[in-house]
Amino acid sequence: MPETITDLRITANSMDTPAAGVEQLSMQQALNRALDEILAENPKTVIFGEDCGRLGGVFRITDGLQAKHGEARVFDTPLAESGILGMSVGLAMAGFHPIPEVQFDGFAYPAINQIVCQIARMNYRSRGTLPMPITLRVPSFGGIRAPEHHGESLEALFAHVPGLKVVSPSNPHDAYHLLKYAATRLDPVIFMEPKSRYWQKGPVDVTTAVPGEATHDGDTSSGGSLTGSRVAREGRHLTLVAWGAMVSRCLQVAELAAEDGIDVEVLDLRWLKPIDAEALAKSVGKTRRAVVVHEAPLTSGLGAEVAQLITQSCFATLKAPVERVTGFDVPYPSGDLEDEYIPNIDRILFGIQRVLEYRRG
Amino acid sequence: MTTNPVLAAVDDDAATLTHQQLRELYTLMAAVRHLDSSAVAWQRQGIIPGYAPELGQEAAQVGSGYAVDRTRDFVFPTYREMGVARAMGLDMVGYMSTHKATWHGGMYNPLESRFAPIQAVVAGSVLHAVGWAHGQTLEGHATGETGVAMTYFGDGASSQGDVHEAMNFAAVMKAPVVFFIQNNGWAISVPTERQVAGGSVAARAAGYGIPSLQVDGNDVVAVYEATRSAFAHCRAGNGPVVIEAMTYRRGPHSTADDPGRYRTLEEERLDAGEDPLEQFKQQLLTEGVADEAFFAEAQRLAEEEEEAVRAGIADLGPRPGAEMFSLVFQEPTPALQAQATTWREESEHA
Repeated sequence: MPETITDLRITANSMDTPAAGVEQLSMQQALNRALDEILAENPKTVIFGEDCGRLGGVFRITDGLQAKHGEARVFDTPLAESGILGMSVGLAMAGFHPIPEVQFDGFAYPAINQIVCQIARMNYRSRGTLPMPITLRVPSFGGIRAPEHHGESLEALFAHVPGLKVVSPSNPHDAYHLLKYAATRLDPVIFMEPKSRYWQKGPVDVTTAVPGEATHDGDTSSGGSLTGSRVAREGRHLTLVAWGAMVSRCLQVAELAAEDGIDVEVLDLRWLKPIDAEALAKSVGKTRRAVVVHEAPLTSGLGAEVAQLITQSCFATLKAPVERVTGFDVPYPSGDLEDEYIPNIDRILFGIQRVLEYRRG
Repeated sequence: MTTNPVLAAVDDDAATLTHQQLRELYTLMAAVRHLDSSAVAWQRQGIIPGYAPELGQEAAQVGSGYAVDRTRDFVFPTYREMGVARAMGLDMVGYMSTHKATWHGGMYNPLESRFAPIQAVVAGSVLHAVGWAHGQTLEGHATGETGVAMTYFGDGASSQGDVHEAMNFAAVMKAPVVFFIQNNGWAISVPTERQVAGGSVAARAAGYGIPSLQVDGNDVVAVYEATRSAFAHCRAGNGPVVIEAMTYRRGPHSTADDPGRYRTLEEERLDAGEDPLEQFKQQLLTEGVADEAFFAEAQRLAEEEEEAVRAGIADLGPRPGAEMFSLVFQEPTPALQAQATTWREESEHA
């Protein structure tokens, strides 16, 4: 990683008082603004996908970008995901920085050959002569009562593939900065946007966390680097590890747990590959207890990887096995059952309770 | 065999090939024939672990590859395009290294060679050609100056959905792509009639509004002229072209294949038609373009070249194991770097 990046800090937590450069934006607005600036800053970036052009995307993430930047930079493709991703490979080979959109998580499946066999491997196959600077935006996870294949959590699939990097922002500020960061990388990044959080507003400081600039207040205790995780809430008794839409839920849980005197730390992983193992070690080294929360099914989910990383670094001091609170090993259910499937506050509290009540022997 | 005219072809006045060019085509075909046959022998001798011969497809490959402008065009091969690579002047040790199991994509530089890394996924790179070609459109080259992508695939690959998506995308975007199909009659053991509905791959082009040519793939001059027309059509901004070169896979699918399980020698003899190399030789003799001394010299050059490539291949040692790790990303992850460190320590210790 470039040294200039590792020192950059995100300080979303320390922005209670709006400062210059801080705006209240929804994640949709933050992403849209990031894309607008990316297009302006790098003439080789192109945005495309189904309905990304005139419509501005079904979630309006690309709203207005075609009108502003032209049909060559922002365009609609035919309705075929393998085509979109295969085309991205060729554009990258021709020197472009494609930012394709797959309209919904489940629509990445028809493109899996192009993602796994082509995008992820072209740099390797070509011995580094054909990098794939592709940022694949995927509206991800559940929570919006959508039809089948519109609520999938694919992070474990993508993270398992050599050659891919995977990131998921949990708030507008991170969404803005992580997207701008991803779009300047030379490696392919799967950018998983928590679609249920598109419309929640939050402070976005557009003046910090830009490569080459210093932190705006020097507070690095909770910010974390753009390439790593972020402590979303500090606590002493237990660490909740989450990403995407589960971060805000875990913060709610932490508030409720605090009423019972349980001081919960929430670690927003952000990068699902590479995972910030150091931050996991630091946080759980302190709290000695951990619960991983994700929407994806339990078996072979990313929670297992997180649990192993924690066990590796904290085995001697852990007070209980790492607990997982996740979706179930079932196809993502219809909207009526969605709240039974996605980890809810009660299930996360039960998970915390199991860890706290664990006794050896 | 029918040849439908390319719509809007713009090089009707293009010069016919000179005698020098015809002799060059033959020299290339002879070199490819000898290197290809030798590579099968290398496998039998244990010099390389496997090879996918293109025996019988020399005219289709050399004729099309000869039409590529290496200053601006780009070719997207499969794993059976040795003849195209040779016609385009690739470093053949770098090309053949994929069959030595040195590196999957080959050791040549794809950007300098204008030849994408060797592609093992059937139809995997057809869409890449469309993306690359659309990139040329986005670059805004002057009319008649744009680079053209040529993507190779076979009758078997034409069954893949990516080929449909690629043709549709290319037609919608008017991308300068030549879809070059070598219909060699066989997808491993499955003959074309069990593979391709609708009569031919070329016939499908009409459904996308793409002009198509079906050409005698064993006639190197016909293939060259068809490809040249297609390039001119693309370069002039008219969108993609489909070429289906009708040829025959005279050898096995690969050195691991046994064609005796699905076709007889008699069937091979009847279906293969004329040998493209022998046919071209007779044509050059008849037309007085070349004499026996020329053919003998071409064979001598081919043998000399094969010896040099074989020596180069035999000398290729394994790549450093560290490349397994260092070439995955442009910016390696800490976890991968840690794995590389562990690998190095443990392998050195052992």
